[in-house]
Amino acid sequence: MTNAVFYLFATLAVVSACLCILQRNPVSAALWLVSTMFSLAAIYVLLDAQFIAAIQVLVYAGAVMVLFLFVIMLLNLGHTSSDIRGPSGVAAAIVLVGLLAIELFTLWRYTPRRLAAELAQAPAFGDPGAAFAAGEFARQETAARGVVGAIATPLFQTYLIPFEITSILLLAAIVGAVVLAKRKV
Amino acid sequence: MTISHLVWLAVAFPLAGFLVNGALALGRPQAKGLVSVVGAGTLIAAFGVALGVFLELLRQPPEAPIIVSLWPWMPVGRLQVDLAFQVDQLSSVMLLVVTGVGSLIHLFSIGYMGEDPGYARYFSYLNLFVVFMLVLVLGANFPVLFIGWEGVGLCSYLLIGFWFSEKANADAGKKAFIMNRIGDFGFLVAMFFIWRAFGSLNFTDVLARAPTVLQQGGALVTAITLFLFLGCTGKSAQIPLYTWLPDAMAGPTPVSALIHAATMVTAGVYLVARTNVLFAMAPVSSTVVAGIGALTALFAATIGLRQYDIKRVLAYSTVSQLGYMFLGVGTGAYVSGVFHLVTHAFFKALLFLGSGSVIHAMHHAYHATHSHEDAQDMRNMGGLKQYLPVTFWLMLIATLAIAGIPPFSGFFSKDEILAAAFARGAGQPVYYLFYAMGVITAFLTAFYMARLMAMTFLGPNRTGDRERGHLHEAPWIMTGPLLVLGLLSAVGGAFNLPGFLGGHAALEHWLEPVMARGVALFGLEMPQGRTELFLIGGAVLVGVVGLVAGFRVTLSGRILPAHDAPPDTGFALVLNRKYYIDELYDRVVVRPLVWLSRVVLWKGVDQGVVDDAAVNGSARLSRGLGWLGSRLQTGQVGVYVVLFLVGALWVLSAVAR
Amino acid sequence: MLLGPSLLLSAILFSLGVAGVLLRRNAIVLFMCIELMLNAVNLTFVAFAQLYGASGYIIVFFVMTVAAAEAAVGLAIILAIFRHKQSVDLQNINLLHG
Repeated sequence: MTNAVFYLFATLAVVSACLCILQRNPVSAALWLVSTMFSLAAIYVLLDAQFIAAIQVLVYAGAVMVLFLFVIMLLNLGHTSSDIRGPSGVAAAIVLVGLLAIELFTLWRYTPRRLAAELAQAPAFGDPGAAFAAGEFARQETAARGVVGAIATPLFQTYLIPFEITSILLLAAIVGAVVLAKRKV
Repeated sequence: MTISHLVWLAVAFPLAGFLVNGALALGRPQAKGLVSVVGAGTLIAAFGVALGVFLELLRQPPEAPIIVSLWPWMPVGRLQVDLAFQVDQLSSVMLLVVTGVGSLIHLFSIGYMGEDPGYARYFSYLNLFVVFMLVLVLGANFPVLFIGWEGVGLCSYLLIGFWFSEKANADAGKKAFIMNRIGDFGFLVAMFFIWRAFGSLNFTDVLARAPTVLQQGGALVTAITLFLFLGCTGKSAQIPLYTWLPDAMAGPTPVSALIHAATMVTAGVYLVARTNVLFAMAPVSSTVVAGIGALTALFAATIGLRQYDIKRVLAYSTVSQLGYMFLGVGTGAYVSGVFHLVTHAFFKALLFLGSGSVIHAMHHAYHATHSHEDAQDMRNMGGLKQYLPVTFWLMLIATLAIAGIPPFSGFFSKDEILAAAFARGAGQPVYYLFYAMGVITAFLTAFYMARLMAMTFLGPNRTGDRERGHLHEAPWIMTGPLLVLGLLSAVGGAFNLPGFLGGHAALEHWLEPVMARGVALFGLEMPQGRTELFLIGGAVLVGVVGLVAGFRVTLSGRILPAHDAPPDTGFALVLNRKYYIDELYDRVVVRPLVWLSRVVLWKGVDQGVVDDAAVNGSARLSRGLGWLGSRLQTGQVGVYVVLFLVGALWVLSAVAR
Repeated sequence: MLLGPSLLLSAILFSLGVAGVLLRRNAIVLFMCIELMLNAVNLTFVAFAQLYGASGYIIVFFVMTVAAAEAAVGLAIILAIFRHKQSVDLQNINLLHG
């Protein structure tokens, strides 16, 4: 059952992504990207990352993509000529993406071997997923504190400093965006 | 402290003279009086030291050479070379000759060069030359000798090209130096061989150990001696490196007298005499030395027959007499070679200085009438006997000496050499040929010297009516040294009077400790009794006949002044043009070398490879690489993204492997 | 276990993002493809978080934050360039060429 749902949303994500990169109209491209993000949020839920799914929709689809749409409309980009590169660009894209795909595929095939090695070190369990202590611990946390609590604990304890620095980063981004987009007065 | 240990003073005095005169030349060239005193005074002081050393050695002959080491020059690993002087019988004789004849020539120069603006420079160079020549003869090891060897070559260049504003003079200086350098290469190679074989470069070491270290008649000792002889052919103007000496007459006449008659050119003979053991152990080399000596003697004498410049005749005469000396040392008669060196210094210096006196008078005459005739061309002279009597009589003494007429000095030395060659012929027949060549050369020597005397001093005067009134004898400062040299040329034979004529063979006994080993190894038996008398008679006869023939032939024909004289024809032309050897060298050696230097090494290597390929090429390479780099910066994001991605893929591939 | 399929999906989405970056000339659409790539990476982290614990979620959190900041600043830059050149076509923006 889970698999079927997964494959459904996966297909949806891939199709949306393809359409996103091939659409001539930037608004259409943005909307298809939103669709991809929704699909991914669904997959996150399937992967037991409900909180992440929520903030994916809230932040990514809700804030970032809206920003994109605002800017597109601000610039009045509407119906321009196709901005997809010519044959040379397509050739380069095919070659490079092909290489990338090959490499990623190789890495993907490697994962089971590595996982098998780690499994071999762990004591035998019924559920292979339970062999990984950290993941098991995370599940226990989720059971104890809820989904949000399971993330909040490491965030405000182990990763406090990156958290604070990120806030400064956001501050810098805000200031930068404001300054850059300002009209010269 | 014995005087021998102060022998370095003999070098220090002229060195001080060089420095003082050099400073004066740069600062106050008009202080001619001071220059004269310093220049000649230091030489006379050096002669005093030489005399002191000689007398001390005479009083108490040393068993071994006295080595005066000044400081350790090259202590490098196994090589230990000190700047050391060696005082023994041979070096004391050379010391006396160099400082003695040198002093006389310095005195002569005061008069001869008196009006020259480069007076101070001249004396500084002359003093420097004496310094190097003394280092050469006093050296206790090969490198110190080589310092002197090279130094005299340098001073020869400086003095030949003394009036360098004329291109011909500068060229002559260069020619002398370069030909010397070819010989120096031979010397260096020989030194390397000696170092390899002996591990030491000191004369005492090498000469004592030579019979044990080297194989008698072997390849190594032959190679060493042949390379040493190559150096000698360069320095002493033998075939094939003799052509610089006639050109060297471009320098002032006292220079020709000192350097190219009495001292520098004899350095080669001195070297062979010093290393007599090595040459005695290599019969092949000795034969080569004697052969080239005889051949050069004959060859140069024939050229001298047809030269018109008075100094040129004397130059070829010097080359020829040097050939005699090499014939002597090549035959194992080392003492005879050195003896002829000493007597030749006397009479050749006298001849050159006498010709200097003649040229001085001719110059004055032509200068007074603003004529542009050649003051050195004998066809412009004639009948000078009544204007320069002292010069005439003294040069006549020298002529008789060089022709080998008894009782003058040249007779004794030349006769000994010819006798030695004849004696050697008994063992090696080729030496009979050398003897024959020597006899013919004796005849030619007498002939051309008589021709010189006749053309210059006898017969009608061809100088010109207006000039005649200005011809006069040289001042006493110039004729004084001539007198001393004349005396020595006359009685110098007493130095080595052979036994049967009532003498003590003084020089031979004196030099015996130095030459004994070589003479013993060579095994020469001098002729005795009737053979000896027969040889002496033959030599004298040849000399007399040559003189008479020379005078008669020259005075019989009518000689025209140079500007009227018809050019030579036929074989006479060939002789006058020195067998076209200079042209041959030019075509065969000089032009290919210049072509090689200009086309291959300059344009090809220097401009092409070094400048163009290496220097400019690396610049072009950098430019090219930079250009390539600039192509990457198109400013277009798309290109940057692609590059970005390529880099990322590369890194990823390392993980994916 | 959805780990394998998730990783494969992530790889595909990433490749599509790269293709989009290489193919499009419009600066804003380029940005969107970059966001697509970031999303693909987020998926990877979330997939591995099942095995390796909450760190995966934390990283995703931060990635989203940074992506948001980056989008804001990047779009501001594009706005500024548009005001200058009246175009967002990347081929026309080459003042930094050497």
